[in-house]
Amino acid sequence: MHDLMLLLFIFVIAIFLGVELIQKVPSQLHTPLMSGSNAISGITIVGALAALHSDNGGFAIFLGILAVIFATINVVGGYLVTDRMLGMFKTGKKD
Amino acid sequence: MDLLINLSYIAASVLFIYGLKMLGKPATARRGNQVSAIGMLVAAVATLLYSGLSYGWIVLGLVIGAGIGYYAARTVQMTQMPEMVALFNGSGGLASLLVAAAEYLRRPEADAFTALVIFLAIVVGGLTFTGSVIAFAKLSERMKGSPILFKNQQILNAGLLGLTLLMGIIFMFAPKAAGFLLVFIILAAFALGVLAVIPIGGADMPIVVSLLNSYSGIAASMAGFIIANNVLIVAGALVGASGIILTSIMCKAMNRSLTNVLFGGFGATTTQSSMQIQGEAKAISAEDAYYILENASNVIVVPGYGMAVAQAQHVVKELADLMEKNGTEVRYAIHPVAGRMPGHMNVLLAEANVPYEQLVEPEDVNPTMENVDVAIVIGANDVVNPAAKEDDTSPLYGMPIIETDRARTVFVLKRSMKPGFSGVENPLFFKENTRMLFGDAKSSLSTLVSEFKDAA
Repeated sequence: MHDLMLLLFIFVIAIFLGVELIQKVPSQLHTPLMSGSNAISGITIVGALAALHSDNGGFAIFLGILAVIFATINVVGGYLVTDRMLGMFKTGKKD
Repeated sequence: MDLLINLSYIAASVLFIYGLKMLGKPATARRGNQVSAIGMLVAAVATLLYSGLSYGWIVLGLVIGAGIGYYAARTVQMTQMPEMVALFNGSGGLASLLVAAAEYLRRPEADAFTALVIFLAIVVGGLTFTGSVIAFAKLSERMKGSPILFKNQQILNAGLLGLTLLMGIIFMFAPKAAGFLLVFIILAAFALGVLAVIPIGGADMPIVVSLLNSYSGIAASMAGFIIANNVLIVAGALVGASGIILTSIMCKAMNRSLTNVLFGGFGATTTQSSMQIQGEAKAISAEDAYYILENASNVIVVPGYGMAVAQAQHVVKELADLMEKNGTEVRYAIHPVAGRMPGHMNVLLAEANVPYEQLVEPEDVNPTMENVDVAIVIGANDVVNPAAKEDDTSPLYGMPIIETDRARTVFVLKRSMKPGFSGVENPLFFKENTRMLFGDAKSSLSTLVSEFKDAA
């Protein structure tokens, strides 16, 4: 139970941190920010990798491989697309 | 080894937090994304240090996933960016569902709490997946943008949600015996995602994608609880929370509440609008448009999705340069929700090297609208629809718009008289001071550019 409380504690603190992090974002950054945070939600790749235990049954392995594939699409695609979008801003004047 | 893994997770979490913070500021946004990508790399590599993983399968999955992700991100057109983000997001949601299912197969005799988070990861991940696919279909116009409504829809949705929760409770108390229920829970989650998004109009899809982005974070967080993994919980919760805030910022820009977006069936009542559209749309040739522009001293450009479709941003910039050489002041009025996503226009204009300081927001340009000689509306529609101010029965009513109808002359570059993404008729086209320049925006603008060049 102690471990569980610790995890819940971390969860709640992270929620509040997430709320505080995103305030007053200029509208031209809304799309890149959405895309960039979407890439972070690909963190489920950690769960997908950890799910591929060698002692798993065949079907669990199959699901695990699928999980790794989809999570990697989310991570790689998400970061690259965000970078491409933001790369276009570089010629604009900084403020 | 566990110590090293956990220290890496802490480092990764810090990188995510810094990355997100930097993403919110124009000057640091790109670096912020890179910082967060490094965090992801650290977290993934650290996870590989766990003993007993089957590396062969892992490499296979990574190679396939990275290949698809790389290909999709490199080849996507800037105009298709919003639907691409929706697909990536759905992919993440599905991954969380699969993680939960695989973990259940490994340890079917889970305790009640683990069973609960398995259930939550599956439901949230599953509806994120199908919801994102529907959002993708609507944004890419593979599916009709207008809301799909039917009788007793809300009762059906509520009933299905109730049934899903009931199955969840049963599963929670007897995870091993009720394992077969998981199949039905997955199907119910898929159905919920579809049913939740089909009644929402295409114009509201950006908000839906943003909300689903938040959901996929929550699903990841739940997956983190299943395997008691800190970095999953932290990163998922960060995305979940920041996604909600971003969603509400977007809603504010459209002057709508989230409830109204999700349950309003926006655009479904367009035919009942009480305002009679008067007058006749007047067409203008590119040549006549040139003479007016040539004598204008103050011009604003209002881009919309049509500019994105026609890939006209470069020729817009070329025309603006020529007009400036001619002594005209040119500014770009960017509506926060122009295009298919907030900031969509900024990305495109930045691609065409339009200086940042020429971009103005509606509230800055509207008070000076009387001094604008020509407002050039390029493929924008709903964001300049005066019905948003004048017609309280219009579904757009209350949305802040760029009030081009008050400019001395308005040019509307458009392929046809078809209404905008919201499906609402636009009285602007019929106003006394409006001239329609029909045709593909890019070729119309190219004609204007060559008129200017010939004159010089």
